[in-house]
Amino acid sequence: MDLTQAVILTIMTAATPLLLAAIGELVVERSGVLNLGVEGMIIMGAAVAFAVAKLSGNPYLGALCGALTGAAFSLLFGFLTLTLVTNQVATGLSLTILGLGLSGMIGESFVGQAGVPLNEIAIPVLSSIPFIGPLLFNQDIIFYISILLIFGVSWFLFRTRAGLRLRAIGDNHHSAHALGTPVIRTRYLAVMFGGACAGLAGAQLCLVYTPQWVENMSAGRGWIALALVVFGSWRPLRVLAGAYLFGAVTIGQLHAQALGVAIPSQFLSALPYLATIVVLVLISRNRRLTLMNTPACLGQGFVPDR
Amino acid sequence: MVEARQDGDDCLLEVRDLTKIFGEFRANDGIDLKINSSEIHALLGENGAGKSTLVKMLFGSLEPSGGQIYWKGDPVEIRSPGQARALGIGMVFQHFSLFEALTVAENIALSMDNDVPIEKLAEQAEKLSREYGLPLDPNAHVADLSVGERQRIEIVRTLLQNPELIILDEPTSVLTPQEADKLFETLEKIRSEGRSVLYISHRLEEVKRLCDRATVLRHGKVTGACDPGQETAASLARMMVGSEVKAVTHHAGAAGDEVLLKTTGLSAPARTPFAVAIKNISLSVKKGEIIGIAGVAGNGQSELFEMLSGEFLASDANAVAISGKPVGKLDISGRRLLGAAFVPEERHGHAAVSQMSLSDNMILARHRSDAKVFLEGGPLKIINRGAVKKAAQRIIEDMDVRKSGDDPQASSLSGGNLQKYIVGRELDRQPAVMIVNQPTWGVDAGAASRIRQALIDLAENGSAVVIISQDLDEIFEVATKIAVINEGTLTEAEPAANMTLERIGLLMGGIHGEDHGSEASHAH
Amino acid sequence: MRIELERRRQQSPLFSIFSPFLALLLTVLAGVIIFWMLGKNPFSALYSFFVEPLTETWSLHELTIKAAPLIIIAVGLSVCFRSNNWNIGAEGQFIMGAIAGSILPVLLPNLQGYYVLPLMVVMGMLGGAAYAAIPALLKTRFNTNEILSSLMLVYVAQLFLDWLVRGAWRNPEGFNFPETREFHDYAILPEIVPSSGPTNYGFVFAIIVTLLTWFMMRHMLKGFEVSVLGQSTRAGRFAGFSNSKMVFFAFLFSGALAGLAGISEVSGAIERLQPVISPGYGFTAIIVAFLGRLNPLGIFAAGLVLALTYLGGEAAQISIGLPDKIADVFQGLLLFFVLGCDTLINYRVKFVFDRTVKEGGVS
Repeated sequence: MDLTQAVILTIMTAATPLLLAAIGELVVERSGVLNLGVEGMIIMGAAVAFAVAKLSGNPYLGALCGALTGAAFSLLFGFLTLTLVTNQVATGLSLTILGLGLSGMIGESFVGQAGVPLNEIAIPVLSSIPFIGPLLFNQDIIFYISILLIFGVSWFLFRTRAGLRLRAIGDNHHSAHALGTPVIRTRYLAVMFGGACAGLAGAQLCLVYTPQWVENMSAGRGWIALALVVFGSWRPLRVLAGAYLFGAVTIGQLHAQALGVAIPSQFLSALPYLATIVVLVLISRNRRLTLMNTPACLGQGFVPDR
Repeated sequence: MVEARQDGDDCLLEVRDLTKIFGEFRANDGIDLKINSSEIHALLGENGAGKSTLVKMLFGSLEPSGGQIYWKGDPVEIRSPGQARALGIGMVFQHFSLFEALTVAENIALSMDNDVPIEKLAEQAEKLSREYGLPLDPNAHVADLSVGERQRIEIVRTLLQNPELIILDEPTSVLTPQEADKLFETLEKIRSEGRSVLYISHRLEEVKRLCDRATVLRHGKVTGACDPGQETAASLARMMVGSEVKAVTHHAGAAGDEVLLKTTGLSAPARTPFAVAIKNISLSVKKGEIIGIAGVAGNGQSELFEMLSGEFLASDANAVAISGKPVGKLDISGRRLLGAAFVPEERHGHAAVSQMSLSDNMILARHRSDAKVFLEGGPLKIINRGAVKKAAQRIIEDMDVRKSGDDPQASSLSGGNLQKYIVGRELDRQPAVMIVNQPTWGVDAGAASRIRQALIDLAENGSAVVIISQDLDEIFEVATKIAVINEGTLTEAEPAANMTLERIGLLMGGIHGEDHGSEASHAH
Repeated sequence: MRIELERRRQQSPLFSIFSPFLALLLTVLAGVIIFWMLGKNPFSALYSFFVEPLTETWSLHELTIKAAPLIIIAVGLSVCFRSNNWNIGAEGQFIMGAIAGSILPVLLPNLQGYYVLPLMVVMGMLGGAAYAAIPALLKTRFNTNEILSSLMLVYVAQLFLDWLVRGAWRNPEGFNFPETREFHDYAILPEIVPSSGPTNYGFVFAIIVTLLTWFMMRHMLKGFEVSVLGQSTRAGRFAGFSNSKMVFFAFLFSGALAGLAGISEVSGAIERLQPVISPGYGFTAIIVAFLGRLNPLGIFAAGLVLALTYLGGEAAQISIGLPDKIADVFQGLLLFFVLGCDTLINYRVKFVFDRTVKEGGVS
């Protein structure tokens, strides 16, 4: 494996959690719900995935439990915002605060311990393709899932009747309700899907990216994922591009730090966050584009007449 | 298309003692209704009578609190719109149930309970729309379509379900008279196929013309069932309203040559992809005049209102003048200080803040014009609640606003009472210029008549009044001059006496010599 | 079973008052369950968490020191949230306020006199406000989501502080410890009653800020403007209020108060700059703001309650060996319950046991 390949590989590994969390949130937002608790769901997924992998010795079980934890955790958010119609912004924040606290308690006894990494699975034949083989076809399972999810979600949203219903609910929940489309049930499912994706992103962090448990190891990725959804104007393939772009920024600044570039490391570390702001500004300054693409009911509570 | 009934019973849908209670409010109270097959049955009632509640129960989107629905003689429970469609009930909603961001074909697919591929549905829809003379382009985005075209989508997608009963909720309130005529032809064709129509309206003339039988609702109860052909408009109105509604009266009032409001080539680009651009509007309103601006919804009425009120500013200060002063670049507070007053269309979240008390809603519109009375403490601008409450109380008495509690939230008032308060809030200042958008939209007949009379009195006392309205009856009732708005342009105002319903209808449809291709262009 | 909501025609005055208390009660109940699950005696754990810190003068002083920044920030945020602007970057504005206010004692240590402290306070507020102006500018000018931009700036501020105290501002006589020189006496916020304990004038700031903001929101046209624009920008425009000016007002106001809290904290409690100067006050203040129902007087009480969870967390760590993260858990739960209970103000909640099928198509 040459140096270019190695760099690209690290970029892909850095991009995968962003991609997973963002594609999950994309589905949630397409249904008209804004879940700002992505950060909390990621870190909960990470803590549980690490603990389960460590205790059972099986990283696959860990990853599965990470995803399930994310989904279960998102149910809390769903119950408040969908059943009790609370403010989505504040509820999402409380999910993040709670997640950071709970994960710290779960992970406390694992601090400093070596993790159980997920190994690569080489896909026969394809993985021996020169250059791209080792990059695309000799990866861990979560990477494969992330790619499948991007295309799966794209197909679901734009090619299936259920996906059409989900988009319709995000566009106008009153109309959808009047036609008999189950607004709240669909949103619950979307929120749980988003939670599972965020949980899996967390599992990737502690089983692949850095196989150990560190407190607050999500380090703002949930928020970057939220920004990526806006950046991708709610379209899966653009989110894919955005996630890899951010992966590149993250890895780029790490390499620059390692090479001892004469810029203070703190400034390099701030790059992904600054890049997020710049990208948001560039996208949202085009009001027409954002207006046409933002789900019209995003963030609004819905109480049906009965 | 519709299979013949086995027995001799001709009753398609029957409702007995149907009741719906919201909290303590009985929206529907023991309703009995019978619809036969192949009939157009009118459901008459004024705003707030409970018509929409009743049909929502028939379509499964509201759950009845009591009573029974029978379909072809069998008792049924309709728990969801899907179930209603499965029985053979279709619904065309008043404010539409469409999705702006989606295409026509996708909108149609969303109301179908089967999984026919969209391409195939689009084909069926196109074929059907041709049969019924309702041209549609399945690939157009709803956001780009006119109100009339949107209604076509609703009708076509209902017909695609092959229903035996079609419910139409106030279908003509958004149409020009000519479009309404075309709709009636479609409905008659539907009846000739053996289907039934439940036609909800408060317009008496069209019910008399179109419907075979009528059921009249008032305050949630049935007050009469009749053959509308045998009734007069006046007798139907009595059933609907209960008492005689006072007709508005005109007196010879102050008139003069003084122009109080004038726009000169007022233009504004569309601010959002869903808005309409205002194009070169010139209008002048003299003392004592009431100009009625007619038009189909979504042709730039709100945009024009916002330019006149100063909520959005013109690029040229001379584009708008109040009492001769150029105000194009003056904001709404500045225009109010010059004696202008404004009533926007939307009561909740525009003219009033729903979650605020009536007295707080007084401050909303008058903190600047009445700063001397309402505010104290100089630059601190401390609100004098006592003075504000007193003013609110004065308006509540003047306009006969019915409310519960001392100073209730705006959201707790009925539409008519809140509108009386909002109009009264402005009239109380005795404005020289008054601009009102949809003065009686969704308001009961009593309140509507009171508001209209108040506007007439204001003009007769020497003010200039502009009324933007979709309700042509209202315009003919109050306006001294009439202009028509269409796609952001305004025709020249002409004396009301010279205008006919038909002429206004043509102007509303955009036919005045030049382009009339906008609708056809979407159709293919 | 399903839960249905029915909108009240008027807000319930009963639940407007009781919903925060109900939320507190539910949080305590959840605490019992958590402690029990962790194998601790729930009641002694609750005692050491919520009661013990209140039994000593010393810890009451600690309570005011922890509560003051929470209250000051949360009062600012309440105005921001009421105007429907979502500044969740108060933590960053707190840090920037602390940095801006520390310029004098760190870079000009020889400048000594009674004027130093007032100048520091003013500079702290300006620093916080200036940092909050960034998301406001991006929102009004480029339509950029203020939630994300203000939050991203928190990370940037933390890294900036880290860089300062490890680099340019590091104490030359500090044996390479990542911290600035200690503040001189004129730069330290004095204690109110030194003989009793360390409560400093930061708590007085909290009281003043609370009362002034309450007066503004309750009696002044500005407060009315905040509420109107928060509920409907369209109605606000109809009233002649400018929404973009309000975005700036809300962000500058809350940023200035976060900056005030920041400089009070470093000049009153820490007395120097170091890589971490806040245990997440800027985020906890969001909870305080909601628990106080966005009303300054309520926030004052809520700030004291949340400060107690910090002390309780420390106490629980020492006396019953629980991780201090338990404080975060309680805070998160509390916000959940507050939000859930607030639903009762606007809606009647009905539990319906029959008919499982309601929404949706034919089945």
